[in-house]
Amino acid sequence: MSATETQASPVHQTVRTPDPNAHPARLKADAVSVFYGEKQALFDVSIDLPEKSVSAFIGPSGCGKSTFLRCINRMNDTIEGARVAGKITLDDHNLYDQSLDVVELRARIGMVFQKPNPFPKSIFENVAYGPKIHGLARSKADLEEIVITSLQKAGLFEEVKDRLHQPGTGLSGGQQQRLCIARAIAVGPEVILMDEPCSALDPIATAIIEELIDELRSNYTIIIVTHSMQQAARVSQKTAFFHLGKLIEEGPTEEIFTNPREKRTQDYITGRIG
Amino acid sequence: MSDMSQSAALDRRERVRNGLSRRHRGEAIFRGIGIAAIAIALALVGTLFWQVLSKGLPAFTQATLHLDVTFDEDVITAGPAPLRSDYASAAQYEAAFLDWRRALAGINWAALIEQAVRAEMPELDAEASDIRRLVDNNAGLTLRQMYQDDPALLNQTLNVALLGSADTDNWLKGTIDRSLPDARQQLSAVTRAIADRFAADGVISMDFAWHIFTNTDSRTAPASAGLAGAFVGSLYMMLVVVVLAVPIGVASAIYLEEFAPKNRFTDLIEVNINNLAAVPSIVFGLLGAAVFINYFRLPISAPIVGGLVLTLMTLPTIIIATRSSLRQVSPSLRQAALGLGASRTQMVFHHVLPLTLPGILTATIIGVAQALGETAPLLLIGMNAFVANIPGTPLDQSSALPVQIYLWQGNENRNFFEARTSAAILVLLGLMITLNAIAIFLRTRLERNK
Ligand SMILES: Nc1ncnc2c1ncn2[C@@H]1O[C@H](COP(=O)(O)OP(=O)(O)O)[C@@H](O)[C@H]1O
Ligand SMILES: [Mg+2]
Repeated sequence: MSATETQASPVHQTVRTPDPNAHPARLKADAVSVFYGEKQALFDVSIDLPEKSVSAFIGPSGCGKSTFLRCINRMNDTIEGARVAGKITLDDHNLYDQSLDVVELRARIGMVFQKPNPFPKSIFENVAYGPKIHGLARSKADLEEIVITSLQKAGLFEEVKDRLHQPGTGLSGGQQQRLCIARAIAVGPEVILMDEPCSALDPIATAIIEELIDELRSNYTIIIVTHSMQQAARVSQKTAFFHLGKLIEEGPTEEIFTNPREKRTQDYITGRIG
Repeated sequence: MSDMSQSAALDRRERVRNGLSRRHRGEAIFRGIGIAAIAIALALVGTLFWQVLSKGLPAFTQATLHLDVTFDEDVITAGPAPLRSDYASAAQYEAAFLDWRRALAGINWAALIEQAVRAEMPELDAEASDIRRLVDNNAGLTLRQMYQDDPALLNQTLNVALLGSADTDNWLKGTIDRSLPDARQQLSAVTRAIADRFAADGVISMDFAWHIFTNTDSRTAPASAGLAGAFVGSLYMMLVVVVLAVPIGVASAIYLEEFAPKNRFTDLIEVNINNLAAVPSIVFGLLGAAVFINYFRLPISAPIVGGLVLTLMTLPTIIIATRSSLRQVSPSLRQAALGLGASRTQMVFHHVLPLTLPGILTATIIGVAQALGETAPLLLIGMNAFVANIPGTPLDQSSALPVQIYLWQGNENRNFFEARTSAAILVLLGLMITLNAIAIFLRTRLERNK
């Protein structure tokens, strides 16, 4: 047993008042470590992520939130020199199993990035791309249907219905980010990962996205990385605090913010570190 | 106290001001140097263009005689053209027709020209040779071809445009010193007199020299020498370059940039590709001669070999340019595609490649333009051989535009070929400028569409 694990283990052993509304967790991480070349960026992270609710990762810059998020849809595979140890399971299937196809995994676990990154194509093409490559639409009408419902779910349809065939890059920042959410939804994922989805947006666009996240929660498991504690408090049901590559504390959001057990968590949410 | 701080502030401002004038001076000097550099560069380019244009443009018009030629039956003794209906079999007709053509080749067509000239100047007292030197050696061929195409011309008189000889052209354009004594003139005094008289009467005019574009090189009839053979040879080579270098170059660039693992071996390949771009072109020529001609037994002087050699030279350009434009595609776009579950290949072909298309296109066109002007390697694979045919296929012997320039530059008839050389340079420059303009046009077009 490494020293880091003994440090993290009390979290799991503490008995918390069970949340009556808590959903079961289908997504579980077990002792996940990540190395970039020689450098270890993440140390033995273990956490359960409940389905159909929002989990937030908070922590100071560089503490490994994005790194951990990328483990969940194996985007770390695309980074030269990155190596992941440990296990992440979805319905008890290890995502790092040799036999698992990453392409299929990423259809089940979608991702929204920090900077809105629509394809330099039309709004329609942006949303239709995922269903097309995965062969989800049986006909043209089917595809249109998928695109429209996805845009509706992302709360964007009313704003863009007259210009579906204009470039997605012509939208405002907040609209672009919702387009990216619609694009992720169109593939029909179970989990949506969001890496600081509002950090490039103004407060109004941020509020709209936060509202959207709250709506999406009833259908998707959402994991959001945020540097804003207020945002974590507003949108999430579960919060995990990372520091220097370690998971320091996790639990129902309310408790983390009102009654953290760890001093470092306390220091962070009161603004003394970070 | 406040006095002191005030004087300190004044002092500080003073120091900034002193420094300021120095800084401004530095800026002015640098701007001056920059402007001077551009002025020098422009002056040099201007001189080059002025030189080439002033020498080359006159070559596009050439002394042409407009003579009333009579297809005299006393001279054309070959008899009428055989008719198909007079012969039992096609083979027999074919043989008779060949005989007739052979007879035509034996006819003294120059005599018709001589008659026409004498008819134009009844008072003329000249030898046949004086008159023959007036027109290009191919002038007789022109008449023969006319007659062969239309035997009904027999005994008819027709105003025919016949190319003057290179010497006539020189004399009339003044590219040879008109004050030189007879012994050092290329034409006899009689011929010169006829030329001057014809030029004054309008029998000789300076006509646009279309044959520069339609004829091949010629040694016996320099006035009718043209670029067509070299042009088609260059065209075939460019075709080979585009067909081979673009797919191979782009595919290698994509593989190296997007798929290959980054390790010592791929680093080595990268370094070598960069080095390849710096290898002197003549070395590629040696390689081409050794590999394609000696080993693979491809024909010497053929555009296919030239094209292969130029492909080798163009590949690094295309690979390097393609890689750098691939590198410019933002990582967030790649993440977007991969995050949706696109495979690496799908990411490259659906998202990255379309964005790099303008870059690849420009690189290709510039690479091709470079290859178009390359001369040294072609000399080593025998493309400087004299070829009087337009190559039918890339496997036929041929010259190339830059090599043609080199060959004409070395021609003994300096007076005539100096202008010809500049004319060929103009054609080559025109092609290059066109190619580059297309590159710029496509680039802006594609980038606007993004
Ligand atoms: N692609 C990478 N290569 C090397 N090191 C990285 C890479 N991405 C992140 N890191 C390092 O891993 C640590 C965690 O980074 P990250 O997960 O981005 O933090 P966060 O998202 O919490 O700000 C940092 O120290 C960072 O420097
Ligand atoms: Mg981050």
